[in-house]
Amino acid sequence: MKVLSLNFLTCAVKACKSSSSSYPLHPRDAELVQDEIEVNPDMLVNVLPRLDWAALRTTSSELGFPPLPEQPPTQEELRADDKLVRDLHHLLLETQISEGKLVCANCGHEYAVKEGIANFLLPSHLV
Amino acid sequence: MLPTPDTSHVPYERVYEPAEDSFLLLDTLSSPSETQFLHETFSPTSSSSSSPSKAGIPFVVEVGTGSGVVLAFITAHAKAIFGTNQVLTAGVDMNAFACRATVTTVAKAQADALAEAAGTNSGNSSHDGNQVPHGMYLGSVMGDLTAPLKPNSVDVLVFNPPYVPTSEMPNRPESFKEDFPFSSSSSSNKTSFDDDSYLLALSYAGGADGMETTNRLIAGLHEILSPRGCAYVLLCAQNKPELVKERIRGMEGGVWRAETVGSSGKTAGWEKLQIVRIWRGSA
Repeated sequence: MKVLSLNFLTCAVKACKSSSSSYPLHPRDAELVQDEIEVNPDMLVNVLPRLDWAALRTTSSELGFPPLPEQPPTQEELRADDKLVRDLHHLLLETQISEGKLVCANCGHEYAVKEGIANFLLPSHLV
Repeated sequence: MLPTPDTSHVPYERVYEPAEDSFLLLDTLSSPSETQFLHETFSPTSSSSSSPSKAGIPFVVEVGTGSGVVLAFITAHAKAIFGTNQVLTAGVDMNAFACRATVTTVAKAQADALAEAAGTNSGNSSHDGNQVPHGMYLGSVMGDLTAPLKPNSVDVLVFNPPYVPTSEMPNRPESFKEDFPFSSSSSSNKTSFDDDSYLLALSYAGGADGMETTNRLIAGLHEILSPRGCAYVLLCAQNKPELVKERIRGMEGGVWRAETVGSSGKTAGWEKLQIVRIWRGSA
C-alpha cells in the first residue's frame, strides 16, 4: 500500500469517526519498500488539493522522512518547486508499506499490514 | 472495445470469478453516456478554469473487488473513461485472497496499458510522464464496505454486491482468527473447503431480497461520497430495483438521484442485471 493511501484511511470503529485523533492512523514497526515510478509533476499538482497536509506531515515524520514544510504549498508553488515535487513523489507514490501496523490514537486498535495489505476487519465487539 | 484485464492468476476456488455482472460493469463504465458523464465531472480540462484542477484528482474506490477485474479495468483505462490518467484508485474486500489477487490484476493491466501505448506511438521514444495512460492504484485493504475510508473522500464508488437473495447471511468475518488466511500461506497455502466456500458465500449471499449488504452501503453513501461523488451499484431483478431507486431518491429530502445506466440479460421485458448510478443532483 502506497503511503498516499494513509491520507484516505481512518479507524474503522464507528465511535472513532467523530474523533480527530482517529486520523491519520499511525504506522508502527513499518517495513517500507520502494518502487521506481516516473515523476509526473502535473499529477502531483492535482493530488495536492486532495491532501490533508497536517496528516501527511505526521505520517511523513513517523515514517522517518525529512520534515515537510509546515504549510502546504499552493499548486503554483508546487509546480515551481522541483525538489518538493520529487520529495512528494517519492513519499506518496514510490514508497509502500509492506509490513507493520496502523494504530488508531483514539481507541488504540492496531490494524495489521501483511504483504502490503492492511486488515480493517474488526472483532465483533467493536463493530 | 477496451481490453478486459487478465485474471488468469486468480484462485477461483476462493475468489469470485469474473462473470456477467462484472462484464456489465466494464461495459457500462466505458459506455459513451458514462464516459461523457465522468469526463464532465472529473476531467481537469473540462472545468472552465483549465489546469490545474482546483478540486483535485478524483479518488475511485471499488468495494468488493473480488478478482480485481473491474478496478484493474478502471485503473488501466483511466484515460478513456475519465478523459485523464490522473485518477487515484483503491480497493476494499473482506477476502484477503481477493485483495492479493487484485494487486496482481491491476499490475498486469497497467503493464498491458503501457505496452499498448508504447506500441501505438512507436518511434517516439521520448516518454512524457503525462502519456502514461493508466491511473495510480494506491492499494487494496481488507475491510467491511467503506468502514476504513475517510468520510467524504470518495469521488466514484463502484460496488458489485452480494446480490443473490438467501435465507440467511454468512457471518461477517471478524479478524479472521487473528491472521487467517495469511498464517497458513507460508507452509501450505491452502485453506479448508469450508473456508473456501465461506469466502465465496461472502461474494454472493445477499440475505433478504439480496439487499442486506447493498442497503448498508446505500445508507452510508452520504457520509463517504465527496460532494461531487457518485456511486455505481449493480442490482439484479430480485433486488426490486425500481423500489431501491425510489428509496434513494427520497433520502435526505430528495437531493439524491438514481438512474439505471446499463443493463443486460433482458428476459420477457425484465432486465436481469442493471447498473444504477447514484449521485447528488445539482439544482
